[in-house]
Amino acid sequence: MTADHGTPVSLSTAGLDDPHMQPLAKNPERAERWIALSMFVGLLGIIGFGVAYWYDADPWVYGLTLGAGVTLLGFGITAWGKYLMPKGPFVEERHDLRGTDEERELFAAAVVQRGGGILGRRKLLAGMAGLSLAAFGVVAAFPLIRSLGPLPKKTLDTTNWRKGSYLVDQTGREVHVDDLAVGGIVTVFPKGYQDSPEGQAVDQTVLIRIATTDFTTRPGRESWGPAGYVAYSKLCTHLGCPVGLYEQQLEQLVCPCHQSMFDVTNGCEPNFGPAPRPLPQLPIYVDGRGYIRAQSAYSEPVGPGFWERS
Amino acid sequence: MTDTAKKDKAAAFGPVGKALNEIDDRLGIAKGGRGLMDKIFPDHWSFMLGEIALYSFVILLATGVFLTLYYVPSQDIVVYAGKYAPLRGQHVSAAYASSIDLTFSVRAGLLMRQMHHWACDIFVGAIVVHMARVFFTGAFRKPRELNYSIGIILLILAIGNGFIGYSLPDDLVSGTGLRIAFSITESVPLVGSYLAFFLFGGNFPGTAVIPRFFTIHVLLIPLIILGLVTAHLVLLVRQKHTQFPGKGRTEKNVVGAPMVPVFAAKATGFLFMVTGVTALLGGLAQINPIWQFGPYDAAKISYAVQPDWYMGFLDGALRIWPAWEWTGFGHTIPLEVFLPAAVLPGIIFGLCFAWPAIERHHTKDSEAHNLLDRPRDRPKRTAAGATMLAFLGMLFIASSTDVLANTFHISLNAVLWGMRVLVILIPVITYPITLKICQELQQVPDGGKRKRSNVVTRTAEGAYLAVPAEQRPGDGHAELDAEPVPSFISDGAAEPDEPGVHQVSR
Repeated sequence: MTADHGTPVSLSTAGLDDPHMQPLAKNPERAERWIALSMFVGLLGIIGFGVAYWYDADPWVYGLTLGAGVTLLGFGITAWGKYLMPKGPFVEERHDLRGTDEERELFAAAVVQRGGGILGRRKLLAGMAGLSLAAFGVVAAFPLIRSLGPLPKKTLDTTNWRKGSYLVDQTGREVHVDDLAVGGIVTVFPKGYQDSPEGQAVDQTVLIRIATTDFTTRPGRESWGPAGYVAYSKLCTHLGCPVGLYEQQLEQLVCPCHQSMFDVTNGCEPNFGPAPRPLPQLPIYVDGRGYIRAQSAYSEPVGPGFWERS
Repeated sequence: MTDTAKKDKAAAFGPVGKALNEIDDRLGIAKGGRGLMDKIFPDHWSFMLGEIALYSFVILLATGVFLTLYYVPSQDIVVYAGKYAPLRGQHVSAAYASSIDLTFSVRAGLLMRQMHHWACDIFVGAIVVHMARVFFTGAFRKPRELNYSIGIILLILAIGNGFIGYSLPDDLVSGTGLRIAFSITESVPLVGSYLAFFLFGGNFPGTAVIPRFFTIHVLLIPLIILGLVTAHLVLLVRQKHTQFPGKGRTEKNVVGAPMVPVFAAKATGFLFMVTGVTALLGGLAQINPIWQFGPYDAAKISYAVQPDWYMGFLDGALRIWPAWEWTGFGHTIPLEVFLPAAVLPGIIFGLCFAWPAIERHHTKDSEAHNLLDRPRDRPKRTAAGATMLAFLGMLFIASSTDVLANTFHISLNAVLWGMRVLVILIPVITYPITLKICQELQQVPDGGKRKRSNVVTRTAEGAYLAVPAEQRPGDGHAELDAEPVPSFISDGAAEPDEPGVHQVSR
């Protein structure tokens, strides 16, 4: 090593006996032995992975053999490069990216005269070509975009709940007025839709028993809570997650996604978190045989907001 | 000299030389090839961050190809009959069933799936840290603005493809993520419901989203990433790498190691090391256990579920944004979704894209720069970057409000309001603090020099003394100088001509 360590030289002028061409390790033989050892253990790991595969070992054996093997192999190769190859540093000139003034002028002239000039001289052709390309862009977008799916129309405003729909659980069993005790909760679907993914995604409703006698959550909803049962859409009005947590003592529904809370006794008015609107309430009644059924569909769209929602 | 004579000269290098001659006759590789081998790469530990991203991408391609051989991109309902007993007889989507099967029935399948997932988390992480390095050292300045922009596009694509990728197993957690993605798309004013229906092929969940996301995930976005990575590297070679200032380094040169053999050896070894660490993680550290989450069911949900880390800032913003829904004129704009999930990331990435222009406007500096800045020497830029990182960090923390409340037994209400305040407060105080730290670091005497350390020793009587340590290699050298050879590499051979280097025999 020389006193001017760190002063870079050019690779092309450095002779083989130049200090820059020497390895960083001062005892190359010893460094070589360590590096070879690292690669050898790496080789054992890689062979070990093959053996592990042969016997279909546990995942941790795969990870340990392959991981340790390849890491040690890589470590050896990197150490080889760092300690046993010419240590440098070497220098290389940067060349200006920009061309000479003359080259720039010639290039600009060619672009402006050939490009602009050609377009400017045949305005009709340039216009026609431009118009056709624009039309092609618009027309090509039709199949690319419009074919992707149906128009929303009124889909987002409606559910499969109808007047008289039975409330059934996920197995299709109709919910009877005697099924739940106070504090009980069940996820229900309109009968016939409990198995369809679309039905589950849109129609999911929570049925909660909060009292033993008729319960009114809001003025004007006097008949909606027969025998203490109330039913709300399970789709969070924030981002459509299922409002899956029921805090029984506080009578709150909680959305696990972003922690909106809804007051079940007060029309599921949101009282915490980012949800902007109450969960829509499904008007229900108990029929002559004691089964719980829907008085009508939801009176407003369920789930998160969208532009067409009025 | 005739053609034949030239050929004879290279032919002295044996059959390889002959083969190279044949190729050069046809492709003309000799001149450029030698130039490429001699190309100098500057050396600094921070320059390997981008390499980690590149090698993670290679791992993603390799493990991803393996996964496509077994994964079935379909939402058709099948009856599971595979190896995983708790699921037998259940009705699940073909996508979920095949993901479980490739996990448990395909040899090394779980290793490959977990390596793929880990490699993705590392990929995005390495891009972010690489971008921070580029930002804080001013590597984005002229002439490299275009390459900086390509990098941001790559970050956005990586995040997007990560989200799409972890949605593919169709498990309970990722399915909820898809539901949220549908609702976010729906929130766009005017065209939102159309966009959502076109993306999902109808109302949520539809039957199209898994097959479509599969094609986007394995074909469309990887191709774009591959193209942009190529452009990123071609521009790097064309414009040459930046370097830190130091001995012999100027704006007009590059100091470092040649491509072949030094850089090639180090880079190849590092590729294997990144692969090896990913394999260790994939085999030893469980990630995304979809068999525990269960199949997606639109009416079911799990508690305390966070998205992958790179989606955390969006989830956090959605959690703490106030419930501002706008209604009027027969229309609704769900601002409580549209602002945090669409406008906010637009502003964040927009600022990233605009920064080189903002800085150029502010400093009136339109020169080309090949020497990097130390972050402390550009206090305002460093403070601005730290502010952005603080903001993103607070949003990330906000994505676990429920877990924080449960872990520390604080009311959820207090956590929510605390995060709403902190997400503004922390970035606001980060700026002046970072500015001050940078300015004071600039004033430190001998700033940027390696200093001798003190060793605290205890005497036999029990007194403590701080004794300056023996001189170590590099004491007094500027920190950014090329590093002298540390003595532990030597076997004790005296090298008296290196000033300041104390030889320790061993």
